[in-house]
Amino acid sequence: MGKKVLRLSEIVKVENLRKYFPVQKSFLEQIFARRMRYVKAVDDVTFPIKKGEIFTLAGESGCGKTTTGRLVVRLLNPTSGKIYFNDLDITELQGEKLRLLRRKMQIIFQDPYASLNPRMRIGDAVGHPLEMHGLAKGEDKEKVVLDVLEKVGLTPPQQFINLHPHQLSGGQRQRAALARSIILQPEFIVADEPVSMIDVSLRTTIIDLMLGFRKELGLTYLFITHDLAVAKYISDRIAVMYLGKIIEIGSKERLFLKPMHPYTQALMSAIPVPDPKRKRKPIELKGEVPSAINIPSGCRFHPRCPDKKETCALKEPELVEIEKDHLVACHLD
Amino acid sequence: MIKLPLLEIDSLAVDYQTGRGRVRAVDDVSFRLEKGETLGLAGESGSGKSTLGLSIMRLVPYPGVIANGHIKIDETDIIKLPEHEMRSIRGGKVGYIFQDPMTSLNPVKKIGAHFVELIRTHEPTTSEKEALERAKTVLKNLGILPERINDYPHQFSGGMRQRIMIGLAIALNPSLVIADEPTTALDVIVQEKILELLESLRKIYGMALILISHDLSIILERCDRIIVMYAGHMAEYTTGAELHRAPKHPYTERLLRSIPNIELSDQKLSAIPGSPPNMLNPPEGCRFWPRCPYVMEICRLKVPPLIAAEPSHLVRCFLYGEKGAKIE
Repeated sequence: MGKKVLRLSEIVKVENLRKYFPVQKSFLEQIFARRMRYVKAVDDVTFPIKKGEIFTLAGESGCGKTTTGRLVVRLLNPTSGKIYFNDLDITELQGEKLRLLRRKMQIIFQDPYASLNPRMRIGDAVGHPLEMHGLAKGEDKEKVVLDVLEKVGLTPPQQFINLHPHQLSGGQRQRAALARSIILQPEFIVADEPVSMIDVSLRTTIIDLMLGFRKELGLTYLFITHDLAVAKYISDRIAVMYLGKIIEIGSKERLFLKPMHPYTQALMSAIPVPDPKRKRKPIELKGEVPSAINIPSGCRFHPRCPDKKETCALKEPELVEIEKDHLVACHLD
Repeated sequence: MIKLPLLEIDSLAVDYQTGRGRVRAVDDVSFRLEKGETLGLAGESGSGKSTLGLSIMRLVPYPGVIANGHIKIDETDIIKLPEHEMRSIRGGKVGYIFQDPMTSLNPVKKIGAHFVELIRTHEPTTSEKEALERAKTVLKNLGILPERINDYPHQFSGGMRQRIMIGLAIALNPSLVIADEPTTALDVIVQEKILELLESLRKIYGMALILISHDLSIILERCDRIIVMYAGHMAEYTTGAELHRAPKHPYTERLLRSIPNIELSDQKLSAIPGSPPNMLNPPEGCRFWPRCPYVMEICRLKVPPLIAAEPSHLVRCFLYGEKGAKIE
């Protein structure tokens, strides 16, 4: 088996990643033994994440961005494909090796109400990873916990350590979740919509904290969001997903200056702008996102594409580099 | 001739009586809405914007009560109205679109049955056949095939269901529609379509619209006038253009600086320190003072009145004087 050599600057690399979820058959389908059907949540996705960057997966609900994030940190097992972390193939890691890997990669979830155990005090929840990995306990643990709580702005930390999640606001809970994710000093964090359930006036605070930790702790982020305005503010590079596939990847500058894929263009044109004078001209897309069980032939976007050609229904376009750091999967010129 | 407002709210206060004490969710809210006007209610969770919307329908959920003030729709004060008269206003004169289209439709009823029930409740003399015919016309205006009247809610996507909710809200040709976060559960492309649809229907039917949202971008793009709510208070009330050009309340000013704008490059966002107050125990005086960069002595002691910083620009902040304005 040929071993891939990665450039050192790449902390994570994902190759031809697929995740198919089987669809529960109905009673009649079981009787007539129809073949298994699958939801192709992630369907052949390849991308590298460079050390120290913020790489964003953007797209609408159901595009596979969250599933991709969970595959990368091995919370889900892929149907096929490879995941590399610091040159190491981690696709098949199990047991103790996987546990050790988890020290280096963490995840923050969307819902701060569901991601903290309601019966655990904040201090215990945030310090839990230290105990799990046998790194510190007792007074040592408390010292580290107080330190990270201070870092995420839950001050005075001595007070927060004894509170239960229900005594915290949504924004404070997300700070606690952030504290828990950095307590093991990981190298890489997947942040899955970390601000979409938080009040508008608190979002910037959480984003600023994340940006601060990137510098301070040398972190790399995989940021997952449906909100392109947030993506533009935070990211270095952005990948736009549609129905399980990446249809465009580019540096933030390139992507927003010159979006190439018709879907990216439509997505960008639909984003409201906080300005009453600005009259956007949204690009009309036909219909809605089709089901990931019956993916359209050829380019999966073609039934909705305003500029489609004949080939689009027949051949699936490859992701090709059209200029430096800008890849598009589209048959159009 | 004096133009009579469609909706007039005066010194409205709404309380929730909870086990841990009384929460005043809406406090001293006054405004007027003309026929055909679009008003945006912007605010974060707990700001009282949804409670305000629901109180116009007199649908504030238990244990909420309207504690003070008047709500006049076409000169009739609905607060004293008997329940059966109120029912003819709900859905008839005022339509309401709820946030979650997944739970607002009855899953075991066909789409047509929803319309028939609505129309025949308000107009008992209308036959079922007539009601279905009218429902088909509404569906056509919503961009849904009329044949789909025989489908069940689960056969529609989220965006389509929200269209149906809008259809139910406008079916009886109300003069006011209240849309409470109508697109929060939807993706941006669908959101755009729904908001466009709402806009075009508003023009066709000549309705006034109250758009409630946490997303100031949507409100700035689509509303003639805007009320910014903070912790139950109206922080600021003015036209969209004015709010964007010169926000006056420190909260609005900071909020506008914390929203990413996709059209700007190298935008520097600045966060608002602190978090919104716990409404069981709000701060004395101005509700925003603990987070305000310009806080003065008086702010901690007294609740500022709504002050006319400019003729059509009201702001609840002592930076603009101390004398309250009359709501026009």
